[in-house]
Formats: sequence, structure tokens, C-alpha cells
Amino acid sequence: MKKPISKIPFNGTPEQEAKLKAAIERSNGNKSELIYIMQQAQDIYGYLPYEVQVMIAEGMDVPLEKVYGVATFYSQFALSPKGKNAISVCLGTACYVKGSKAVMDKFSSELGIEPGQCTADGEFSLESCRCVGACGLAPVCVVNDDVYGKVTPEKVVEIIAKYKSK
Amino acid sequence: MTNVQQPVSLEDTPFYKKQLRLALRNCGIINPEKIDEYIAMDGYMALGKVLTEMTPQTVVDTILASGLRGRGGGGFPTGRKWQFALNNVSDKKYVCCNADEGDPGAFMDRSVLEGDPHAVIEAMAIAGYAIGADEGYIYVRAEYPTAIKRLEIAIGQAREYGLLGKNIFGTDFNFDITLRFGAGAFVCGEETSLLTSIEGNRGEPRPRPPFPAVKGLFGKPTIINNVETYANVCQIILKGAEWFSSIGTEKSKGTKVFALGGKIKNTGLVEVPMGTTLREIIEEIGGGIPNGKKFKAAQTGGPSGGCIPAEFIDTPIDYDNLIAIGSMMGSGGLIVMDEDNCMVDIAKFFLDFTVDESCGKCTPCRIGTRRLYEILEKITSGNGTLEDLDRMENLCNYIKANSLCGLGQTAPNPVLSTYKRFRDEYIAHVVDKKCPAAVCKSLLCYEITADKCKGCTACSRVCPVGAISGTVKNPHSIDKTKCIKCGACMERCKFGAIVKK
Amino acid sequence: MKSLEDLAEIRERTKALIQLKDGTYEKRVVVGMATCGISAGARPVFDTLKEEVESLGLSDKIEVTQTGCIGICQFEPVFEVYEAGKEGKVTYVKMDAEKAKKVAEEHLKNGNIVYEYTIGYTKL
Repeated sequence: MKKPISKIPFNGTPEQEAKLKAAIERSNGNKSELIYIMQQAQDIYGYLPYEVQVMIAEGMDVPLEKVYGVATFYSQFALSPKGKNAISVCLGTACYVKGSKAVMDKFSSELGIEPGQCTADGEFSLESCRCVGACGLAPVCVVNDDVYGKVTPEKVVEIIAKYKSK
Repeated sequence: MTNVQQPVSLEDTPFYKKQLRLALRNCGIINPEKIDEYIAMDGYMALGKVLTEMTPQTVVDTILASGLRGRGGGGFPTGRKWQFALNNVSDKKYVCCNADEGDPGAFMDRSVLEGDPHAVIEAMAIAGYAIGADEGYIYVRAEYPTAIKRLEIAIGQAREYGLLGKNIFGTDFNFDITLRFGAGAFVCGEETSLLTSIEGNRGEPRPRPPFPAVKGLFGKPTIINNVETYANVCQIILKGAEWFSSIGTEKSKGTKVFALGGKIKNTGLVEVPMGTTLREIIEEIGGGIPNGKKFKAAQTGGPSGGCIPAEFIDTPIDYDNLIAIGSMMGSGGLIVMDEDNCMVDIAKFFLDFTVDESCGKCTPCRIGTRRLYEILEKITSGNGTLEDLDRMENLCNYIKANSLCGLGQTAPNPVLSTYKRFRDEYIAHVVDKKCPAAVCKSLLCYEITADKCKGCTACSRVCPVGAISGTVKNPHSIDKTKCIKCGACMERCKFGAIVKK
Repeated sequence: MKSLEDLAEIRERTKALIQLKDGTYEKRVVVGMATCGISAGARPVFDTLKEEVESLGLSDKIEVTQTGCIGICQFEPVFEVYEAGKEGKVTYVKMDAEKAKKVAEEHLKNGNIVYEYTIGYTKL
């Protein structure tokens, strides 16, 4: 899977670094916890820039290419930061047959970005996801942690407005 | 309100009456965050029974005799897996639970984990005793935060009660469970990929043999079962193999949970005895297709499965029958489609998924699925030829025969099954350049039915490219050379005068 | 826990409690709180039921608790009411905070089923 790599300069804080170090400490040298450490790192930083991958590789004593290999293999890991509001439209089967493609297209045209991108002001990022398990509410989209069911292209405008500069 | 007394309880609705809830028996009844409520429903009695009354071999024999088969997709007999692992002598063995439910449109495992997490934990401990393992891993999708939270609570409570840990029930049996979170890779639902992922690697499959029961997690004998499979184990121990094998069909015992979705009135989670027909599920439990549309096909098995056409609606559903009609049980997603769904488009949709999720390790899957997708793309855009259909079929068979793991070996199924059952639709796309269900954008055209058009001009005002012309109170028409097929006019028309063909 | 007897003791005690046979509670209200229920709005329904039962002074008599997936996605949020000494249960569907409040007053307090919100009377 090709992942966009961010060109935004890394600006991690000492607090974030301390948190990551503590997480690595807790793994107690167990290399099979690499994915879990990277999940925690992504929670701390929001994404996994080069600098963070180096910290993990050194802390866990694994080659950097292994960290990068894992980061690019799993779709959960992002190499670019997400927008302040992360929109994800379900393109799972149940949603797809109920028209989630049109919902995705509407988000895309309203925000002026393609899936996988973030708006220039950093407010919104858009991506697709595979089934959040709420198929009874199809089509579904998720903004941050809020799930919206029975979304139509008309509702997309309302949803975006709700989050704008919030 | 009618004179007839309507049911006030779910139990009295047709949706519920045809169901038989074994794996889901506690879901929707107990509080999953309280271990006492699980115990109230005979929880941990099965673990107590195996530890105090049964030998590992009798446990395996019971599971074998019950006829339980893996609920994750393949349907391999669970007892045989356990027997292999028991037979392998090793200082260390592992029990794994596959909770990486990646099929789009399936949420059976999530429901069990969120509604009855202890049922899985207890069954894993039983499996541990049966094969001689003291450590278990549950590999659960990170996309299921509620399931993870409830599992964490449940494991904590089980440890507190001494139902996980050392010397369980005062015996010398030790067992504990670690959670591992998937990171969004569909291939990790394949058992060898799941193991490499638990080990902290890219989740790529390994060739089998050696099978995990011989050489699995960290190179040790390992069993991997799906959530729903485990959810059946405790009851088989308590009620006996005979009870379980009395339910279902000859070769498929017990029940199956389906996540019923798509074009169906009652979307939901349903559990029915094996051998229930598709008609019973769709018409009686599901309440039929909404908006008076016609049933066209049901998709089972997700990206590995196929579409079951209307002519097989009375086939009793079990592992073998589904394979015989070109689909498979899969983990239990059951998506209903009506006449508005284009089967070529559906095949393309699933293939898009596998192209995306192919791990890239073997060439037939990595490149083959992409080429296959391109052929479908060509067909749905109106540029396909009859030769393309032959190439498509050949490529499907090649990918099936040569891929390394289950993902690639089953990836062409959605294409093959739709091609076999809905060949007309493929032909229509290729020869007539038409999409009969009016889904494939490049092949359809919008037209105004003159006698329904009132000449209100609403459509011409909304058209973004000015393709609609006409004067007030006179029928309008669409210039097909200008039309970009956005559908805005059809949405706007209040008189249903605009149709897509 | 050291023995099967300990386990059996917890089982009997909790069974009586949740089947409303030990006199602790008169009614048990379970709210479907799996992912689908929560995303359809089960949390405010659950909170409202808790608050209402409290403010009506019924906390000692009625237990409001959560459960997993009841299995009827399109009816979410759903909750069910069990009553001591009565067979079956009442399934309330398509709930919101407002409706939950009404059920708390009519059914939980006064014992009258609010038919219009039950599964058989709700049109999708």
C-alpha cells in the first residue's frame, strides 16, 4: 500500500517523547509487542513520522526498516498527520450497496480533497474505512469518534458545518 | 392501532422466533462487564467440569464427536485441529483466538466479544487444557474499541476470581490470556498471517505445511479458532456432544450467526440452525426486501465468497451446500441484493477490496488481482470485449490455483460466482454496452419521459452542464452528448419523469 | 475462588438477582450497548433511565444495566424491561432520551406498558 509521507516538519514535545519512552519501557524488551508500541506511538503523536520511527527502532532494539515495514503494511498506521477532524466514510459492503460511494464523493467535492488527504488548513482529513460494524445504519460515516448513520449526500453539508472551526 | 394484539416483546416477533441462539445466548441478556452475571448463566461451569472430571483426550473427543466446525470461514473440524495440537509434544503450546473480523459487512464476532466476552475466555482456557497450553492470545481488531474494553475488563475479573492464572480451581492447570490488537490488515484474518502479526511482524502468510498445530506461534504448536467457534465450546462441554450434533445438518452441526444486511427490512444479527434456507432467513426473519423490490442475490463469505442467485433461495444453508452452489459460509456476512444492484459492479467492488488488501508476498495475488480488477474496470466502463470475459475467467482460475494463502486462493470467487450465475449481465455490459441494473455510470443514460414531464424546468435549472433544454410547460429533453450522468436532475424531478437506463 | 462450590454459590446468588427472584429488585431494565446501539444513541437513553429511576426514588427497586447486542440493528437504541413474577419481557425500540423518560414514568413507576414504543407497534 502506498502511503503519503508528510513533508510537515516534525514538532514533537519532550512530554510526548517521555510518554513513548515509558511505553517502550513497559514492553520489557518483548519484541513481539512492536505493533502495540507503534499503536501507542500513533496515539501520542497522531502519526508516525521518521523521527518517531527512529525512537521506536532504537528503544525496541529492532532495525528501522522493520519499523518502517510494519508501518507501511498496516492501514492503521499513518505517515502523515490527520486533520483536526478526521472523517472516514464506510465503504464496506452493506454501506456500499446503500450508496456510500455518493456520500464519499460529496465529502470529497465539498472539502476539495481526495480520500487520504488533509485540507490545507489542517481542519479536515478524509478517508474511507471498511465496515465499522454498524451496518444496520448504512451508509455510515465516522467523524472523530462520532458515528453518523443513514447519511445522504445532502446530510454531508450539515455534518461538515457541525465541525467547521470547532 | 389495530385490533390484533401486537407483540410487545422481541421474543414474540417473527424476526426472533425462527432463531436459535447458542453462540449468542447471553448477548442482550447479561451485563458483559459483570462476571457474576456470566456465572449466573452457568459460566465457568464447563471449565470446572473439564478440569475436575475430564482428561485432555476426552475433551478433544467431545469436541470431535459434536461435529463442531470452524466458524471463521473454512469450516475445518475444530476437534481435529485440537487433536493435532494435543498429539504434538512440546514444552510450550499456544491457544489463539482469531477476532480479526475483517469481512466488510460482518459483525458477528464483535457482537459476541461485546456481549459475552467470558464465553470466549472460558473456551480458550478449555482449549488450553485440552492441548496442553498455558498461554493464550486474542488477536482483536483495533477498530473495535468497545470489544477491546470489555475483553480487558473480563480478563481482569477472571484473573481476580482465579479463573485465569495459576492453579485454576485448585488444580495444577495454569492459563492466562494476552490481548493483541490488529492494525487494519485484512490478510491477518488468515491464520498464519495472524500468527506472524502477533509476533510483531508484517502480517504476511507462511506456506502450510507446517500447519500451526505443528509449528505455530513462536514456532510452537498452536491452535487458532474463531470467536464464534469458541462461543459454542462451553455449551458442548456442559450439554454434551450428542445435544450439539442433534442440531443442524448431516455434516454441519449446530447453528450459524449471520450478520444480515443490505437490501433487507430487518437488518440484524441472526442465529439459525444449520440447514435453514435462505428463504427463511430473508423472508421470515429478515422481513423481505424493502420498497417492493425483487430479490436478486445474497452474498455470503465476503471477499472470499460468492453470490447466491434467487434460484437457490430454497437451498438449506450449510458449509457444503454453499460451496456446491459456488459460494462459501465465510464468517457469516449475509448481504442481500435486489434488482438495483449490478452484479459486475459488486464483483468489482470485492476485487477492489482484495487488490487493496493483498499483502504483496506472492505474485499471483499481488499482480493477478490487479489485472483482474482492470478487466472488470474495462467491462464496467463499456470497453470490454467477449475475449476479455475469457481472459477474466482464465485469470481467475490461475489466481485460485497459485496463490500462497486463503486470501488469494479465494479472491476470484466473487467474480467467478457472479460470472457463472449472472452471465447475462456480463454479456449485456460487453455486447450491448448496457448495465441492466443501471449502476455502471459510463453505460447508462438519463432520459425524460415526455408524457410525465410537466415542463416545470426544475431539472434544467439544476443541471450543472446545461444539458437539458425545453420551454416552460413543455416536455424537456436531455442532450446525451453533454450529460455527465451526475443524476442531479433525477433527484430534483418531482414527477418521476426522469429515468436512467 | 478455589472450588466449584464457590462458583455454584455465585451462580445461584446472581441468578436469583437477575431473574428478580431474591426480592432485591422488582424490575430489571437492560439497555443494548454494543457498538451499534451506542452509535444509534443508546448512551443518552441509558443515562436518562438511570437519572429518572433515581429521581423517581426507585433506585432500590429497579436495576438499570447495560448489555451487548440484542440483534435488531434497525430498531436501535433498544431496551428491555423484565418484571418480577411476570413471564417474558417488554422490548422498547427506537428510543431517545425523551421517550425513555416517558417509559420511566409510565411503565417503571406506574406499571403501564407504553405500547406505542414497543417493538410490535413501531413502524420503521
